[in-house]
Amino acid sequence: MKKQHNPKSRAMEFTEDQILRYSRHILLPEVGGEGQEKILNAKVVLVGAGGLGSPVGYYLAAAGVGTIGVIDNDRVEISNLQRQIAHNTSRIGVLKADSAKETYETLNHDVNVVTHKERLSSKNIMGIIKDYDIVVDGSDNFPTRYLVNDACVMLKKTLISAAVFRFEGQLMSIFPGEGPCYRCLFEIPPPPGMVPSCQEAGILGAVTGVIGTLQATEVIKAILGIGQPLKGKLLLWNALEMSFRTVKVPRNKECPVCGEHPTITELIDYEQFCSMSH
Amino acid sequence: MADEIKVDKTLDIKGQVCPYTFVRSKLAIEKMNLGETLEIITDHKAASENVPKSMENEGQKVLKIDQTGENEWHLFVRKDKEKVKK
Repeated sequence: MKKQHNPKSRAMEFTEDQILRYSRHILLPEVGGEGQEKILNAKVVLVGAGGLGSPVGYYLAAAGVGTIGVIDNDRVEISNLQRQIAHNTSRIGVLKADSAKETYETLNHDVNVVTHKERLSSKNIMGIIKDYDIVVDGSDNFPTRYLVNDACVMLKKTLISAAVFRFEGQLMSIFPGEGPCYRCLFEIPPPPGMVPSCQEAGILGAVTGVIGTLQATEVIKAILGIGQPLKGKLLLWNALEMSFRTVKVPRNKECPVCGEHPTITELIDYEQFCSMSH
Repeated sequence: MADEIKVDKTLDIKGQVCPYTFVRSKLAIEKMNLGETLEIITDHKAASENVPKSMENEGQKVLKIDQTGENEWHLFVRKDKEKVKK
């Protein structure tokens, strides 16, 4: 049976400004007016408004994602500005969530940025992310990364997870119940001291822009339901070699959080060992 | 102008230029039912060629292109396809 198109299915009419603003999206066969409406109705939350969150939010705002949540309780520092493009010199000392809101809403008045000026923990994460369709992890530490993964698995939220390190970045899209989660890849966080802290590692600013922009692309694809997401695949990018690699990641039946017999049924607050992000 | 063609909706986009001629035509046809016909009136020569081409690219059927004046065209497009999914 062919599904009958309901001409009344579009609840909203585009304004003249919206037709012009989103014209390059509407022209795409995979998007059109129907796709743009999905984007306008989407609710996406960013974990962190730093190096990754900044460009993700920028492109989501430009695309017209109607509701963008920003979770961050840090303030803008001068050392952030080498890569965190949602902020600027005049915002030093301002909460990053407020700074990002100002940037994104100025770019596009169709966007409502909801600020969550708190540090994520097992206590508050469920309450915050439950109202969003897609979670974007751009956090800079393992405790948050695992907390976000576990919460998204438990709430069955799509999670677009990325990380950067020096000249490299990685990206994976997690669709709980359909593909592997972050713990299928790395079951437990590395012990404190095993990895260089973010203060020691260094990062080329533009690397966060590349990976954050790829992350934003995965978010938009997920909103539209088009293309092949990085489900069960880890994308690795090396800026010095200028090479991309995709590694298959199988689902782990024994995964402690998304496996057949999960042992993690409550959220864990791992010890923060890289909580400063200067 | 329509002769035997039954028009379900008319879109007057005189004064509009590319790519908004196609953007507006596409938005209009998206909201119509399969099998219905959209009549597009344009005074932009490039659009009289490009809009039918783009419509065909997206799977719609161009029934007729009528030039009704020095700078006026009526394009008749039947909706044959819903949005491309993948």
